[in-house]
Amino acid sequence: MSYFLFFLLAIVSIASILAMILTKNQAYNALLLILAFTCTGGLFALIGASFIATIQIIIYAGAIMILFVFVIMMINIRDGIPPERKKWTIYFSIFVAVVFLAELFFALKGTLAPLSTSGIEQSSDPTSLGRLLFTEYLYPFEITSILIIAALVGSIVLVKKKENNDSN
Amino acid sequence: MIPISYFIVLSFILFFLGIVAFFVKKDLLTQFMAVEIMLNAANLAFIAFAKSANALDGQVIVFFVITVAGAEAAIGLAIILLIFRHRKTIKTEDINLMKG
Repeated sequence: MSYFLFFLLAIVSIASILAMILTKNQAYNALLLILAFTCTGGLFALIGASFIATIQIIIYAGAIMILFVFVIMMINIRDGIPPERKKWTIYFSIFVAVVFLAELFFALKGTLAPLSTSGIEQSSDPTSLGRLLFTEYLYPFEITSILIIAALVGSIVLVKKKENNDSN
Repeated sequence: MIPISYFIVLSFILFFLGIVAFFVKKDLLTQFMAVEIMLNAANLAFIAFAKSANALDGQVIVFFVITVAGAEAAIGLAIILLIFRHRKTIKTEDINLMKG
């Protein structure tokens, strides 16, 4: 059953990302990406990280992608979707990506074999995660809140229309 | 129970697809989405390795990565909106101000 779930989620996420590469409409791209991120959340839950799976679905598939959809709505490109790149660029990019994949695979091939689920189950419930977050990772947590404030203020300042001068 | 290496290989494939999408696509928004795909693949690898090491620290890192991705999405989309407002386009081929 868990194998079936794994392969279902993996195939759906890979297929939706492939469809995103092939589709030209940006709104469809965003919706396909929401599907892929939801499948990734399911994979997280399958590993056993239930809290991270919830966060993934709420924050990524919920908040971030809705931000994308809103920006697509605001941009409203009139002159159609831009055509794809030239052929040789596509082949070159696929070549670069394959080389990178091979590098990753060869670098981590040694670690793939002994990776098997150990019988010892560590509790990954939100309680222990929160305890770790507020004791050992307290400073990164606080710095993250500063980062979010900076991003909030920065995005408002960037997008705000200037009142007096319209030159820039 | 599924072997952890399956998840690692899946994260490789997702990262690969993210790179391909980044280079094949030509508008800034979709390229930004490709960056999010790569972040997600890295998150999957983090969680898989955390499970195999039997430690919760990887999940905490993923929590931080998701938070930073949220901040990055807000700033990046604001910059894309600003570029569109100035240049009336988000095609990367038309944004060639620094081309010699």
